[in-house]
Amino acid sequence: MTEMTLRAEALTLGYGERRVIDDLSLALPAARMTTILGPNGCGKSTLLRAFARLIRPQAGVVTLCGEDIHGQDTRALARRIAILPQAPLAPEGISVGDLVKRGRAPWRGLLSPWSRADAEACAGALQAVGMTEHQERRLDELSGGQRQRAWLALVLAQGTPLLLLDEPTTWLDLTHQLEVLSLLRQRNRDAGTTVVSVLHDINLAARFSDHLILLGPGGLVAEGTPEVVVTTENLQRAFRLAARIQPDPVTDRPMVIPL
Amino acid sequence: MKRWILLALLFAVAVALSLLLGVRHLTPSDVWQAVTAPDPRNPAHVTLLTIRLPRLAGGLIAGAALGLAGTVMQSLTRNPLADPGILGVNAGAALAVVLGALLLGRADNGIVTVLAFPGAALASVAVFLPGGGLSGDAGPVRLTLAGAALNALLISAVSAIVQFRGEALDILRFWIAGSLASAAERPVAAMSLVALCGAVLALAIAPRLEVLSLGGSLARGLGTRPGIVQAQALLAVTALTGAAVAIAGPIGFLGLMVPPLARRVAGHSLRLELAASVALGAAILLLADTAGRLIFPPAEVRAGIMTALLGGPIFILIARRLKPGAQG
Repeated sequence: MTEMTLRAEALTLGYGERRVIDDLSLALPAARMTTILGPNGCGKSTLLRAFARLIRPQAGVVTLCGEDIHGQDTRALARRIAILPQAPLAPEGISVGDLVKRGRAPWRGLLSPWSRADAEACAGALQAVGMTEHQERRLDELSGGQRQRAWLALVLAQGTPLLLLDEPTTWLDLTHQLEVLSLLRQRNRDAGTTVVSVLHDINLAARFSDHLILLGPGGLVAEGTPEVVVTTENLQRAFRLAARIQPDPVTDRPMVIPL
Repeated sequence: MKRWILLALLFAVAVALSLLLGVRHLTPSDVWQAVTAPDPRNPAHVTLLTIRLPRLAGGLIAGAALGLAGTVMQSLTRNPLADPGILGVNAGAALAVVLGALLLGRADNGIVTVLAFPGAALASVAVFLPGGGLSGDAGPVRLTLAGAALNALLISAVSAIVQFRGEALDILRFWIAGSLASAAERPVAAMSLVALCGAVLALAIAPRLEVLSLGGSLARGLGTRPGIVQAQALLAVTALTGAAVAIAGPIGFLGLMVPPLARRVAGHSLRLELAASVALGAAILLLADTAGRLIFPPAEVRAGIMTALLGGPIFILIARRLKPGAQG
């Protein structure tokens, strides 16, 4: 199997005149959990959207297995990269099961009937997020945590080796944030899925990620393991935050204590 | 399943009433004999063959087409108030036909009716592009207001043009609020082929429209190209609406009433919803037409007025349920 590595090469992103990411080159390690961190407005989501081919770079390329993703077939790409954007729209009154089925879209032709592989992917995704017994329920009558798990099941059913998530824990309480990140790590460990998320919480990111990408107002500040990235100096540069770093007493990962 | 049976019953009743009731009531045996052993001297047979059957055919095609067009539009725009009548697409088709008839000096029921399609297409583009309706970001209110304004503008233009015609009042009546009364003189057969193409296209792209309704970003992540799906959906709406207007004139509110009912029958599968929309659209239009024949006989209330009488309150009901600032 070829390594499915997403790579940014001399990537420049922006909206019109405003440049958000300038001349960035980095790789998202395959089969790892990567988190993109940084202050508001530094281009975290923009970068993630560029990796998912939702925006076209002003310069540079994003490559998958060495090929420019903008040259690839749309449906073929959707079988390799899934993205859960912020605030997707739910059709009114849709059930969890019907929502998750839509994750199979890239695998289905215009006339192909619902296949066993489709059914198994959906059942597996529902089970992975613990929503099997709720599949008949309407999405709009679920709690925020359950709703987010249903959306996760949709992108899991897509069955891609790469999974990109834009702030998947926003609006959730701490328990549900932990639950979502544990689910993602489970998927990463079980299926070898490359998981790339944008998060705000540095401590949770350090706890759950193998690889961190820290962006600051001037672009990339640091990338690497949590121990390499989460340092007082890097936090000062990225967030202008004075903080002390201590090992998390539970996981030994670096933990930020703002001063 | 039970709801599908109810829908089939409703459809059968609508077809039967449309054949049997009118200024002259017929019996089922009249209908049977008229079909199996037609007698040109029997007035009941003549009524059935020359008036009721063409009217039934026109109603089936126009109703089914408008029901489908409404369901495609509402799915495309995530807007429960979207309807070819309310958004001015009907009026665009009507304007193109009357304008063509005036400029070419021809009757408005022959080849000129082909102009209904570019008319419908132009009106769709005019209402969807500036209204921000396709992205669904603008919210239902903005699109509906843009449509109402366009609709009023186009209808005034229709009235202005029709004034130049000799038999102005009758023509005006037809092109302001449609009717099935003249179905026998209208190009039902040709237009049903176009409507069929629109229906096939709508069914084909239904799964992509379902994905598109999850929002543009997620839809692209799932391998659809929103721009192409939107263009295909507008093409389907244009074919369906243009065909319906060419047959029956502009009939509003049918596309508003059908989708919520179709969803109750079919659930969240757009292909099944479209299938239910065919039967519902045809049944509601036939019932509206039949009721219009029975209210003040021998005069008729036009089907387009009946659907508006029914659809107006439903519009208000749906509009009241929208949350302020809802994203559709």
